[in-house]
Amino acid sequence: MTTMTRSGTPAPRVPRQAPGRRRHPRRPVWEEPPTAPGQAVKGLSLTAVVLIILVPLYCVVLTSLSTPGAINRAGGLVLVPDGLTFDAYETMLSGGPIRRSLFVTLGITVVGTALSMIVSVLCAYGLSRSRSLGHRFLLLILVVTMFVNGGLIPTFLVVNELGGYGQYWSLILPTAVNVFNIIVLRAFFSGTAADLIDAARIDGAGEWHILGSIVLPTSRAVLAVITLFYAVGYWNTFFSVLLYLPTESEKWPLQYVLYQYVNLGATVPGQANSGFGTGAVQIAPLSLQMALVVLTLIPILLVFPFMQRHFAKGMLTGAIKG
Amino acid sequence: MASTLAPGDEPGVTSPARRRGHRRRPVPPENRLTWRIRLRRDRTLILMTLPAIGLLVVFTYLPMLGIVTAFQFYDPLVGIADSEWIGLENFERLFGDPLFWGALENTLYLSAVQLVLYFPIPIMLALLLNSVLNERVRAVIQAVTFLPHFFSWVLVVTIFQQMFGGAGLLNQFLRDHGMGTWDLMTDPDTFALLVTSQVVWKDAGWGIIVFLAALTAINQNLYEAAAVDGAGRWRRMWHVTLPGMRGIIVLMLVLRLGNALSVGFEQLLIQRAGVGHDAADVLDTFAYYYGIGTQDYGYGAAAGIFKSVISLLLLWGANALAHRFGEDGLYRS
Repeated sequence: MTTMTRSGTPAPRVPRQAPGRRRHPRRPVWEEPPTAPGQAVKGLSLTAVVLIILVPLYCVVLTSLSTPGAINRAGGLVLVPDGLTFDAYETMLSGGPIRRSLFVTLGITVVGTALSMIVSVLCAYGLSRSRSLGHRFLLLILVVTMFVNGGLIPTFLVVNELGGYGQYWSLILPTAVNVFNIIVLRAFFSGTAADLIDAARIDGAGEWHILGSIVLPTSRAVLAVITLFYAVGYWNTFFSVLLYLPTESEKWPLQYVLYQYVNLGATVPGQANSGFGTGAVQIAPLSLQMALVVLTLIPILLVFPFMQRHFAKGMLTGAIKG
Repeated sequence: MASTLAPGDEPGVTSPARRRGHRRRPVPPENRLTWRIRLRRDRTLILMTLPAIGLLVVFTYLPMLGIVTAFQFYDPLVGIADSEWIGLENFERLFGDPLFWGALENTLYLSAVQLVLYFPIPIMLALLLNSVLNERVRAVIQAVTFLPHFFSWVLVVTIFQQMFGGAGLLNQFLRDHGMGTWDLMTDPDTFALLVTSQVVWKDAGWGIIVFLAALTAINQNLYEAAAVDGAGRWRRMWHVTLPGMRGIIVLMLVLRLGNALSVGFEQLLIQRAGVGHDAADVLDTFAYYYGIGTQDYGYGAAAGIFKSVISLLLLWGANALAHRFGEDGLYRS
């Protein structure tokens, strides 16, 4: 009976040395105890799911850190550590096209994310008051674009006619507004701290003041998540480059460099060895390719725990469902 | 359409107003103000929305007007305004083009394969994950399965290339054990399976979010009542869990059908060089290659219009079907 009363409290600690088969503290009383084969199947399939995702990443990281000898002995990707070195990273970051594209990508990500956030937060707040003039019409303008758009070629032609071809802004402005993100923000702005906002309005606070000192500080979590969404989007910019900057190699961001060196390099023979390194150190191109993969991966891995924390709280689930 | 926002919206703002119509709605005191006074009061709010609206007008609404290029022989030198009008010629050419029909066939085929092989996986994963009682284990597994969603397609394809490509891990193993090599990345016969497994790898973990949310929304007393009535594990899943998820499953299915013509644009674009256009061309890549690649812009725009129109019809049809089966679909009927 003790387990019953405990099941309601959060994260109860059950002593490990409890005799016999105890019910898991979170397992409801009416549920039958798990069968051994059932548990085995469940455990195996979950392990398989995790391994399917992690093993390729592990191979890529390990290969990027391997010496040419290790890669030769393995005949390709390295599965077991066998001679480690940071040479590939040193070559990659000591200069040349990859380092430049890293800075380009960082620039696009920072500028684009800042612009997207400013525009989205303002718009979401502007639409968050349920009785303001014309908010329903403005919202409709936003929502229509989720279902109807001009399509690939008309968008391309419009950006071109505005002079976007070969310009960095063509990687940012056309995709700067994400209507879905605005709607998520708006839902939070109109939901949180309604009493505080009403009180501030009665006291005569202006909209800018309310936004800056009440709404933004109380929605830090959602702001963080939306910022990361935008940042990941800009970091992953690929197709816009193919459309607007296909020939300007000095303006290529990382994803496009990766595509050129690794994807095309792997399918077009003879290209894999070109365009890399300074020649001072003998480096297996594969380790360099994998180091480039890891470079595009690192920021995602760095910001991921933050996003994950918010998803775990179930913060976005309601909005995503809508 | 606005009512799709209902979950995030304040209840009673959008939907009742639509249903009752303007006249009979009890007028809140603020609406008796003239629009001039309301404009003065709300001008800051309206001003705040303008940057975003402006960007949408330029980069989404202007291109909507730009679809007229489908009826033009578009000349980049003179622009949309002065290009020559040629009526339906682009469409006539399109419907006589075997490459276009090949791309349409590939699109439908890949969509069908993904519907059968991808769609159930997030549902099953969500059920599996939901049955894990240890919170920490569940959080770790969930985190790991989310992760690839944030990778770019270039990255995902690169990783698959390293696993299954000609020089990849699979072929290393086959060579070491004296078997023939099998380059999955360039094999047109198994390409649909490869593409689907990439989608599963990248997005199945992300897809479980909505289903997990639906699972936690199910009334736990129903399970207890069913168990007391003698229903076993599987009967409870069949009679409590699945009915509880039905609404969201139908909604996801409707959205999927509406997007049936938009299978993996970037994903296929990246792999087209390896596997060849016969296997990899879908409507989107067709519009890209024959519209922008060959600078036959009007032609590509015509393919784009074809896709948009059929997509809207599919979305509408799937939604109507959902309503017929008594589900909400995109909005309540």
